[in-house]
Amino acid sequence: MAEVLPVGSPEHVVIVRQAVRQRATDLGFSLVDQTKIITAASELARNALQHGGGGRALIEIINDGARRGLRLTFEDTGPGIADIALAMRDGYSTNGGLGLGLSGAKRLSNEFAIVSVPGEGTRVVITRWK
Amino acid sequence: MDRIPILKMGPYLLVSIQVDMHDRLAMQLQDDLTSRIAATGSRAVLIDISSLDTVDSFMGRMLGNIAAMSRVLDAETVLVGMQPAVAITLVELGMTLPGVRTALSVEKGMEMLAASLRDAGGHG
Repeated sequence: MAEVLPVGSPEHVVIVRQAVRQRATDLGFSLVDQTKIITAASELARNALQHGGGGRALIEIINDGARRGLRLTFEDTGPGIADIALAMRDGYSTNGGLGLGLSGAKRLSNEFAIVSVPGEGTRVVITRWK
Repeated sequence: MDRIPILKMGPYLLVSIQVDMHDRLAMQLQDDLTSRIAATGSRAVLIDISSLDTVDSFMGRMLGNIAAMSRVLDAETVLVGMQPAVAITLVELGMTLPGVRTALSVEKGMEMLAASLRDAGGHG
């Protein structure tokens, strides 16, 4: 079951936060865990918008047999990231921000994966398990 | 255009953020508050974030900017009512909000600011 949301405007970032909150509540996450995944989602949605030129978010409830989790995918067809290690460094920013979006989202999640191809786009997947 | 209301209560400016702000609204608040501080000469600003379930790096940067801009305009800012889950998440996110003072309630925030204003004496 995946919910797909467009990320094309600042208002969409708010909608993504609200949708993630709803799913996290449905799964019975603790308040702290809810806050962490919503905040991570906000960072990644904003990245897709500001760096990726817009994209989409996928929200999925997953199950590995023993536990349930929330998996979020953020993808765009923007310029991509040439040096992922550099982009993941705390404080590195290309738009005057704090440079905490990618590294922060990783810290706030149980699982984090990123694929980016310059000229094609970027996909970031995060998971928080219940 | 929707804006976050800024209330003047004697020497204090009070902002209560009740909505999940999109980035444009946050930038608008930064501008409106800075203008209001300059226009009123207010030296004490309280920002009530007790309704905010999440504070991400953009919002955190905005709050830090407001504190810094206020200081340049000879005003002190206190963030009031940060939810514990938000505090935990901010630290894990890597945000320390340097230069931003915090208080648990509006009353305590006002006490802090009143003390600052007294200590500052007659300057400004």
